[in-house]
Amino acid sequence: MTMTVIWTGMVVLSILCGLATGRGPAVASAAVEGASAAVQLALSIAGMLCLWTGVMEVMRRSGLADGLSQLLAPVLRRLFPQAARDRDTMDSISANVSANLLGLGSAATPLGLEAARRLARRSPGTASNDLCMLVVCNTASIQLIPTTVASVRAAEGCAAPFDILPAVWLASTLSVGVGILACKIFARVWKE
Amino acid sequence: MDLFFTMLVPLTIAAITLYAAGRRVDVYSALVQGAGSGLETLTRIIPALVGLMTAVYMLRASGALELLAGLLAPVLDRLGLPSELLPLMLVRPISGSAALGVGAEIISTWGPDSELGRTAAVMLGSTETTFYTIAVYFGAVGITRTRYAVPAALCADLTGFLAAAWAVRLCFG
Repeated sequence: MTMTVIWTGMVVLSILCGLATGRGPAVASAAVEGASAAVQLALSIAGMLCLWTGVMEVMRRSGLADGLSQLLAPVLRRLFPQAARDRDTMDSISANVSANLLGLGSAATPLGLEAARRLARRSPGTASNDLCMLVVCNTASIQLIPTTVASVRAAEGCAAPFDILPAVWLASTLSVGVGILACKIFARVWKE
Repeated sequence: MDLFFTMLVPLTIAAITLYAAGRRVDVYSALVQGAGSGLETLTRIIPALVGLMTAVYMLRASGALELLAGLLAPVLDRLGLPSELLPLMLVRPISGSAALGVGAEIISTWGPDSELGRTAAVMLGSTETTFYTIAVYFGAVGITRTRYAVPAALCADLTGFLAAAWAVRLCFG
């Protein structure tokens, strides 16, 4: 429903604003252009996107994610102090985080939801500190290799689509760091 | 250093392949099957992409985005955020497909190796579809009192945008 409101709002606003500024015809042709640009974009990134999902599948089957998950467990126990006592919950959390790091989005969501379900059992209806932390970690991007955006850059004729990697890592680290910090601070000061 | 990051991706692919082959994974069939699932992902996002890019193109042609960007330009300038990237920052937390469409448009208009194009790419690569993720997680486990999850997530998003602009100036400036 939310998207219905947003989408309808965007369309109505652009028609009203277009008529007010005398750009009605431009709005009309933009509608057609936008729709075909969407399909062109999808086609232009299709090759690289498929290659990457292929590599991701190889990675998934090789068990690399499980290894990474074990490596991360000690660090994550400090982020989730309440859940740390329950082994199964911690297993799902570290599997979720390692899948996110490796860009295995379709594997990360079910694992994250499993962890969330376990965390929610302790306080039905209200988000616990650990659950807020899990959700915030999932709303921040920690993907090591941002494949989709690199596909877009490559489609636009970029010779080195991955030269943004250091900048992406810097920005992601800062973003997720501030998210974690905000959770820890809010957990102390948030009034119900 | 440039060569390192150019070669990082093929080397990563090679390392994954060798590791998987060493663990007796049927690498080629996994690769092909995975590529097939990429095609499924693509067909799943095309309808959303069509809907949202139509709306975004209309909004841009109407001049509404320029109006808003003009209003917010003084604030954005002070934060070091280019106002050309405002549409991207507005849609990023709401819809992944719309953000991809807007980002691709910016990258194509200004060029993938321009500062604006790179900043747009880094913003896309270092943030997520926040509201969608929050809705999925809390919806799935029946949480109605989300406490501070939304403000904390938005702090992370804002930091991601600011850090993207800063990191691009630092790495390519």
